[in-house]
Amino acid sequence: MKNNWESVIGLEIHVQLNSESKIFSNAPTKFGSDQNLQACEVDLGMPGTLPVLNEKVIEKAIKFGVAINAEIAEKVGFARKNYFYPDLPKGYQISQLDDPIVGKGSIEIKLGDQEIKTIGITRAHLEEDAGKSIHDLFENETAIDLNRAGTPLLEIVSEPDISNSEEAVAYLKKIHSIVCALEISDGNMSQGSMRCDANVSIKKKGDKKLGTRTELKNINSFKFVEKAINFEIKRQISCLEKGEEIIQETRLYDSTNNTTRSMRSKEEANDYRYFPEPDIIPIQITSDQILKIKKELPELPDEKKERYKSEFSLSEYDARNLTYDLELADFFEKTLVNIDDPKLAANWILGDFSAILNKFDVEAKNSKVDAVKFAELLNYLKEEKISGQAAKKVLENIWENSDISVSKSIESLGLEQLSDDNEIEQIIDKVINDNPNQKQQFLTGKDRLFGFFVGQVMKESKGKANPKLVNEILKKKLV
Amino acid sequence: MDLETLTLQEQIEGLREKKFSSVELVENYISVIENNENLNVFVSTDFEKAIAKAKKSDESNNSQNNMTLNGIPMVHKDIFCTQGIKTSCGSKMLDNFYPPYSATVVEKLEQAGSICLGKANMDEFAMGSSNETSFYGAVKNPLNIKKTPGGSSGGSAAAVAANFSSFSTGTDTGGSIRQPASFCGLAGIKPTYGRVSRYGMIAFASSLDQGGILAKNIKDTAIALQFISGYDSKDATSIKAEVPNFSEDCESDKFDHTVGLVTNLINSFGDEDLSNNYSKAIERLKKLKIKTKEVELPNLELSLPVYYVIAPAECSANLSRYDGIRFGYRAENVDNLEDLYFKSRGEGFGNETKKRILIGTYCLSSGFYDAYYKKAQKIRSLISSDFVNAFKDVTSIMLPTTSGEAFDLGSITDPVEMYKQDIFTIPANLGGLPATSVPFGEKNKMPLGIQFIGNILEESSLLNVSNKFQLGEK
Repeated sequence: MKNNWESVIGLEIHVQLNSESKIFSNAPTKFGSDQNLQACEVDLGMPGTLPVLNEKVIEKAIKFGVAINAEIAEKVGFARKNYFYPDLPKGYQISQLDDPIVGKGSIEIKLGDQEIKTIGITRAHLEEDAGKSIHDLFENETAIDLNRAGTPLLEIVSEPDISNSEEAVAYLKKIHSIVCALEISDGNMSQGSMRCDANVSIKKKGDKKLGTRTELKNINSFKFVEKAINFEIKRQISCLEKGEEIIQETRLYDSTNNTTRSMRSKEEANDYRYFPEPDIIPIQITSDQILKIKKELPELPDEKKERYKSEFSLSEYDARNLTYDLELADFFEKTLVNIDDPKLAANWILGDFSAILNKFDVEAKNSKVDAVKFAELLNYLKEEKISGQAAKKVLENIWENSDISVSKSIESLGLEQLSDDNEIEQIIDKVINDNPNQKQQFLTGKDRLFGFFVGQVMKESKGKANPKLVNEILKKKLV
Repeated sequence: MDLETLTLQEQIEGLREKKFSSVELVENYISVIENNENLNVFVSTDFEKAIAKAKKSDESNNSQNNMTLNGIPMVHKDIFCTQGIKTSCGSKMLDNFYPPYSATVVEKLEQAGSICLGKANMDEFAMGSSNETSFYGAVKNPLNIKKTPGGSSGGSAAAVAANFSSFSTGTDTGGSIRQPASFCGLAGIKPTYGRVSRYGMIAFASSLDQGGILAKNIKDTAIALQFISGYDSKDATSIKAEVPNFSEDCESDKFDHTVGLVTNLINSFGDEDLSNNYSKAIERLKKLKIKTKEVELPNLELSLPVYYVIAPAECSANLSRYDGIRFGYRAENVDNLEDLYFKSRGEGFGNETKKRILIGTYCLSSGFYDAYYKKAQKIRSLISSDFVNAFKDVTSIMLPTTSGEAFDLGSITDPVEMYKQDIFTIPANLGGLPATSVPFGEKNKMPLGIQFIGNILEESSLLNVSNKFQLGEK
């Protein structure tokens, strides 16, 4: 950080819970249906309609609480948060104030290979999502889509324990991996299943007192979290260095221009006039209920990571990166069904496989090369029937042509590894004969030139020669 | 035979014995209604549909269940949503509102076979004690058209008093069934909070609102209450409790009553007529050999201020949905979103509604919440525990329904005076307790009412004592 400044960050993450119906009505929650077709009279806030709590969301929230070792409330009550907005049908949002379902907890994030940092979680509470205002559908008019209204949200509020954008991203990714492992959310950030607000403030290094914070809204990808926070830190530092004061306000992150701009100041902030929701009687959560959920909890990312380290002897780095993305971990385990080399599989999944997923912006579960085919490819590599270089080409080839088999691909690309001793010997003889000078220099002590000969052989064989054999035979021939 | 003067029970029996048909009943009522349009009872009527339903009912031959309401005409307060039928809640805001669903109360009464003749006028969003806050103008008291029928279920009360139907539905947030019943010489019951589903009943103050019945006598309220009671999965505050046979219990000998009295409290008002009527009511209990016992309700006098914090607070949020965006009144020629809100709500709501939204918003505002809303909730629980203590010794508590008889329309202009109308009725709402009003006594040739408050879910006992009291000595 520049000079003597320190940034303090807290995140509020909104996670859409994956219940089939909404939190207070029977309307379905599926993403992407035609506008306003998934909003019933309750979601529309029509006169006389009443909210009825979908108990499934309670279970999902408890799962999260148990996973982060948090206190679970005995009494869960809801409150009305009052504000006017066209996509908020009732003129208030049913949320939680005094009795959040999940109390204090914490998670660990890893920075680099060794450093661990604990990030406190203040609370997580249940609430309903609002609808969407669409400003670009009609000219000079705003359209309202209430399909999203009433979708269950778990708002996870962190302590201001986060020091920079890197930690913020690590924290967000960890939360993402936990909610995905628990199967309480699809975690799809591009569809808005996970959204994030960041509270950012700056203080002099060592100061105990926190600086004035701003709240950044509308951050909907890991990348934007990093960019938005970095921009805001820079902006605040430059304000402070110019002797200006930070204004407590809500700022909107603009991903197109990578800036933040003021939305409303503290003075303009809403007085939400919270009060207990009279339409929903607080519900009691029993310790038996919590215990049952605890027992049925699926393997969490940290547990999975430890298992990968002990069961597959993977490094901390590989194990962590594989378990960050549950789909990747799933692909890894499916691959291992058909190849007995976890290290090789991990390297390739985190390397070239991830690269190709990124390139085509595809999630592991939708990979065009399934785990069976991928394992087959790795087996060719393991048995040294093809080189690493060739394997990359094959991966791209079978990705683009899903109907082609691995062996067909290798054959059609002519990438089958040359492992015939005689053929390799012939190539080596030719290379040595063509380069008498280099041979002479090598024999007089220039060891480095061994690599030159390997290179020439590989070139001559169009990359197909088995490097191990080339090494062995070359050593014999060059004596 | 004057069919329109019959009680609900008499109509059920008459239909069963085929003394008359449902069509005759309906047509009779229609002619009475059409001759008395000056009372301004209805916001909307649909006589054609009522006659068609009556014909169907007559053809279906209702000999099965002697309790069925098959073919019985009735009137709904216009606060209950009726699918495809205008539901205004007495407001300009909802003058164009045709709900795509029906309230649970409406569905239940339809399933029981009753026929809705029309939707009764009411104070706007049930906020008022005289029916004068209605967008459609005040209802007139059929007993004296210069007088108010009471409110907010004024249209429902006037409908029964004017022989437009033998019973009607109403809602009671702070006395809106009992006070108009008292003013119109009727019986009325507000059951236990949660006994009747609030689904489709347009919310005023969610923790206080409760649907109920107005009729000519207690027995009829018991008959009708049976059909609207019961748990509803669409209302999270409705109670999962079996519904007793109210009309049987109403006339049963199985109840042992001790009626709680608050004589000192009544005398402290220094109103001779009020004290006299209360004394006469005690005399009647004694003649009926019903035990009585003086009880203490030390926090009762705080009910009114507590109510006028909690009810407006809840209403301020409940009425936020009327924003001109999705349904209801939308102002024209607006400049921007804020303008749309201000104009739609400014033009769509009447003054009383606006006043209560302002009070409620103020009470919930940052810095005032603890002083008003939170304190009111604390006192509310004190009042509730007063009742819990009292009900250790008694089975019901007797109070006047109102401090006086129906007043002249337009005569009360001081809002606090108007709010005081509910002074005896509000405590039952704060405690979630069932309460009836029974006609008893008169003043200036207008009827008065006596109120009985029962314990939670003890409507049977409450109806029983109210019925005994109404019938008097044999």
